[in-house]
Amino acid sequence: MTDQAYNFAYLDEQTKRMIRRAILKGIAVPGYQVPFASREMPMPYGWGTGGVQVTAACLVPEDRLKVIDQGADDTTNAVSIRKFFQRTAGVEVTEATAAATLIQTRHRIPETPLTRGQILVYQVPIPEPLRFLEPRETETRKMHELEEYGLMHVKLYEDIARHGQIATSYDYPVKVEGRYVMAPSPIPKFDNPKLSGNPAIQLFGAGREQRIYALPPYTSAVSLDFDDHPFQASKAPHHCDLCGAKNSYLDEVITDDHGGRMFVCSDTDYCAGRRAAGQKGRLWSPEPQEAAP
Amino acid sequence: MTLMETMVATDRPLLKVEGLTKGYGPRIGCAGVTFDLWPGEVLGIVGESGSGKSTLLSCLAGHLRPDLGSIHYDGRDVLAMGETERRCLGRTDWAYVHQNPRDGLRMGVSAGGNVGERLMAIGARHYGEIRGKAVAWMDRVEIAADRVDDRPSAFSGGMQQRLQIARNLVTSPRLVFMDEPTGGLDVSVQARLLDLMRGLVRDLGLSVVIVTHDLAVVRLLAHRLMVMKSGHVVEQGLTDQVLDDPQHSYTQLLVSSVLQV
Ligand SMILES: Nc1ncnc2c1ncn2[C@@H]1O[C@H](COP(=O)(O)OP(=O)(O)O)[C@@H](O)[C@H]1O
Ligand SMILES: [Mg+2]
Repeated sequence: MTDQAYNFAYLDEQTKRMIRRAILKGIAVPGYQVPFASREMPMPYGWGTGGVQVTAACLVPEDRLKVIDQGADDTTNAVSIRKFFQRTAGVEVTEATAAATLIQTRHRIPETPLTRGQILVYQVPIPEPLRFLEPRETETRKMHELEEYGLMHVKLYEDIARHGQIATSYDYPVKVEGRYVMAPSPIPKFDNPKLSGNPAIQLFGAGREQRIYALPPYTSAVSLDFDDHPFQASKAPHHCDLCGAKNSYLDEVITDDHGGRMFVCSDTDYCAGRRAAGQKGRLWSPEPQEAAP
Repeated sequence: MTLMETMVATDRPLLKVEGLTKGYGPRIGCAGVTFDLWPGEVLGIVGESGSGKSTLLSCLAGHLRPDLGSIHYDGRDVLAMGETERRCLGRTDWAYVHQNPRDGLRMGVSAGGNVGERLMAIGARHYGEIRGKAVAWMDRVEIAADRVDDRPSAFSGGMQQRLQIARNLVTSPRLVFMDEPTGGLDVSVQARLLDLMRGLVRDLGLSVVIVTHDLAVVRLLAHRLMVMKSGHVVEQGLTDQVLDDPQHSYTQLLVSSVLQV
């Protein structure tokens, strides 16, 4: 049920039109950061206000919305954003990646491959991949304009010089369609290959920094690297202890104070789906938990 | 080949500057500066503080846009170039050595990263090769290879300046601009740096425009001199000729060190 005190999806139509224009421009120029006039949202920055505004501008009443935070549907952040749109847009919600038409995410790309017609909206804290090396906004803009990206490799060079390998493991920069260098938001570099050639529309919203950028379907996004230190989409060298998945991104969970730990899929929908299909991990004992109402 | 032979062998100057003028509001920065720089030639620009040396150098290097005049590099009209092309020249064919190494180095990046940056900027993508070249260039400017991962903030002033030079020369530029490169260094450190610079300029056949207020620097390095006063060039000629037999009264004052410069 829609709360009638709000316009559909909270933002007024004029604001949504302004955001849609920025999104369309972003789609027309993949990887390019489009400035937009970010609005105050009834939640603090850092809670994904950029992503929320992009979602609000994209939602239609027929949508089925999924919201994840670090891969999970049930964290405080994900739950409150999902509730927000249930209340203000009255859209259906789901936890199933395959059933969702629009997915808002913080820090992960779902394991289940996305399909044509889906939209993935990322919450972005720092949209500028050059920020760490060049704090001046005027200069970074110029560097994008003139394709002066040598500095990105200086950062990777420093990584190898200091750690023996490229230590950057989150928000690993990509070059989009051979043109703009883009920050994929703090997803693990394990997810980087999924950015590229994805059939879904990928939209990135940064609220505090007032930037929107996009990867249209089937756009190439190449992770930067060196010939002799190639990019590797690494993860913990384990299987999921609940569903046994070999190729999904894992969180390490401390299970007791004697050093006990386990590895579980960070994507909770993917993990539950595999267990429902009968897959078992090392530590999976379904009965006690599953029996509870 | 001697310099004279090189100059005879090439039929056009590397840099051709005509009527270069830049004002700051009503104040003159530099005015009507005209000269040619030939391949392999070192041109010294001297004059007291405020005479327009840095303004001229900034205009030449594309950091400042002159109000009037023209600059041709290797036959190409520099002022008619787009910014992309000019900045590309700035990190390939040209180099700029700042007086203060802090302006020319990335203090938060290792020595190897500082030297390697220009290589990466023009597309080098092999870590081992970039590092190898960085070490080779550090060796060339007399910085030990085991300092390759140290940040320049841990270096002495003289080392920082040598690192800045290595960082600039790694892409084999043809034209180097230097603004008071020995300023702010101890006398003994200056002497070593000058000696090093003289060797590099000779071995690499660099063309250089060097700004200084120190006549000892130009006597050692420069083939030719331009003397500036209040934004104007008052005298130019071969270095020894200008220093040993100055014609303009201002140059005479400068040489006799009556002027505190
Ligand atoms: N940014 C500026 N704004 C206004 N005046 C300037 C600026 N930079 C230099 N000038 C003036 O231009 C003249 C030449 O200065 P400069 O080129 O720095 O001389 P030099 O390098 O020989 O000391 C001086 O009168 C100086 O005060
Ligand atoms: Mg000066």
